[in-house]
Amino acid sequence: MTLVQVIVSGLLLGAVYALFSSGLTLIWGMMNVVNFAHGDFVMLGMYTAVVIWTALGGGPFAAVPAAAIVIATLGVLSYFLLVRHIMRGPMLAQILGTFGLALFLRYAAFWTFGADFKTLPDTLIGGSFTLGGIRFEGSRVLAGVGGLLITLLLHLILTRTSVGSRMLAVSEDATAAQLMGIRPQRMQALAWAMAGAATGIAGALIATFFYTSPTVGETLAILAFVTVSFGGFGSVLGALVAGLIIGVVESLSAYLIGPVYKDVVVYVLFVLVLWFRPQGLMGKA
Amino acid sequence: MDNMTRRVFAGAAALAALGVVTGAAAQQPVKIGVIYPLSGNSASAGNYSKMAIEVGADVVNNGNAELAKIMPIAKGGGLSGLGGAKIQLIFADNQGTPAAGQNQALRLISEEKVAAIIGAYQSGITVTASAIAERHGIPFLTAESVAANLTERGFKWFFRTTPVAIDFARAYSTFLREQKAAGQKVGSVALVHENTEYGNSVASVIAEQFAKDGLPVTQKIAYSANSSDVQPQVLQLKEKNPDVAIFISYTSDAILYTKTMKELGWKPAIMIADNAGFNDPAFVKSLGGSVEGLVNRSTFAGGKPGSVPELFNELYKKKTGGDSLDDVSARGLQGFLVMADAINRAGSTDPAKIRDALKATNLPASQMVTGYEGVKFDDKGQNILASTLITQMRGGQYVAIWPKDRATAQIVLPYKGW
Repeated sequence: MTLVQVIVSGLLLGAVYALFSSGLTLIWGMMNVVNFAHGDFVMLGMYTAVVIWTALGGGPFAAVPAAAIVIATLGVLSYFLLVRHIMRGPMLAQILGTFGLALFLRYAAFWTFGADFKTLPDTLIGGSFTLGGIRFEGSRVLAGVGGLLITLLLHLILTRTSVGSRMLAVSEDATAAQLMGIRPQRMQALAWAMAGAATGIAGALIATFFYTSPTVGETLAILAFVTVSFGGFGSVLGALVAGLIIGVVESLSAYLIGPVYKDVVVYVLFVLVLWFRPQGLMGKA
Repeated sequence: MDNMTRRVFAGAAALAALGVVTGAAAQQPVKIGVIYPLSGNSASAGNYSKMAIEVGADVVNNGNAELAKIMPIAKGGGLSGLGGAKIQLIFADNQGTPAAGQNQALRLISEEKVAAIIGAYQSGITVTASAIAERHGIPFLTAESVAANLTERGFKWFFRTTPVAIDFARAYSTFLREQKAAGQKVGSVALVHENTEYGNSVASVIAEQFAKDGLPVTQKIAYSANSSDVQPQVLQLKEKNPDVAIFISYTSDAILYTKTMKELGWKPAIMIADNAGFNDPAFVKSLGGSVEGLVNRSTFAGGKPGSVPELFNELYKKKTGGDSLDDVSARGLQGFLVMADAINRAGSTDPAKIRDALKATNLPASQMVTGYEGVKFDDKGQNILASTLITQMRGGQYVAIWPKDRATAQIVLPYKGW
């Protein structure tokens, strides 16, 4: 029974990994830019939720949309003020550019919110229930299910809508797309807005069961990068599958072998996948 | 001319005018160097300790009627052993780096000509600063650095008043065996610890001590403090269901364990936290209500009205405008009082005489600001009477529950949690 509980916990955790990775993979797929500030976007999404929730008494239903809007705005601003310019530079400039943004956001958070750890109070989604002997916790179920839905929604937008097709056209050949009457900058800004919204929602959902601190982005960013390259850079569906696999493998190995070894198991698996499929599970070769 | 010297001169002039000049009025102040992190990452801890020591120096120099009933050094008029010489504190900022700590120690000794040094908070800085004091033959007392190797260097001028890991392990062991005698089940103990120097060393010292004392450690769980998830660990605990669980954790992991245990609905009959993360004010503020009955350790937990800790805490609150002494600042103040007592008994500012007086230190528990059994140094300079209080979370704050003679509340078991 405990083993089933471990697997269920792992799946819920994996869905959250998928959720906060989808924004990263979207940006990569759209414009071949790796956003090193991604973890800190998640962190700011968490702080937005904490501020709305506690200081303004907004509760989860105000906190989630607020975080989506704030981080989407941040994404668009980052695109117009920074990313658009460094994309013309060499690869190294892109890497250091978003890395600098990451540090800026992190220390701005230190300055604004202080180094203290913050946690959200228990509220209507804080309780837990038992189903068939397995214990479910409200906030984790909400985060897990939210993760699944948002990731699927992003996938559908990209593959089934005309906006999605236009975005993909820009990512494949911006000049040709422009000749077809698509404005590349507008599409790219839209990608940053969508990625930001997904990341903000991820942050708000994670904040319900995790702690929030200025450096929490570091802990989460590594997982996001692993999930994205495991699933294939640019593939939202790949991030979902990879997130679920990593969540379950991590939980099982921590439970069966020991918590200090779980990262070894996850990274060995990661290296093996990249060995046989360097483009990731669902990435294009 | 600073305030202190001006006051001394004014006093001397007044006495001279009255024609009662004695040797006492001509006494030079005794300089004590204090090295603390007054800037950098640990500046907040350093500045609180600085204020605590200033309160201590004020009590020695100007007296406090209530404290004088318990500790002779508080009767005022400076150090009686040196004809009423006042104590002058010379603070030095270690800036959070071993190199700065070393330079400051050198400056205090060669330029300020201090009689003794107290410091330096971070163990790594105490290492370098005390090495300078050792070379120059100046007594060095650390009141808060706990790294085990500090007292293993064969130093002759080094003293430490704070308890170290073995003292905590002994306290937990005695506490648990007392609970067992009182009918509580302690047949299995789980040690859950983060896997860096702090968690590993404390866990292994506890495991050793418990093995000696016949307390069975049935489960040891090492984990990385920046884990994103601790559900599997809590499920492992839930499955084995130990009677006692001891957590050696930093803040982020303390938060995750507290939340996850609540989510997965597991709690031991006795839950012990080894200070650190579970004492972080941020943790206590936001999650205090989810760990009701948590057993913890602290060297300071207030005290009964009229006791040394209570009286000093009131003086300290007056100075800080409301902040109470905490574990760190109380240990700093305790270290200063031990040094002042030794210099007083030495009756001289000669470093060798102060060292001999430190070696002969024998202070009783009743004169302690912290929860020590007293102060008495072994050959390595470690205080063998250093011990810790055991506290329990009650309604959002920690109160002292053990040992009985210093407890301010009764123990309530089993652990209630949320």
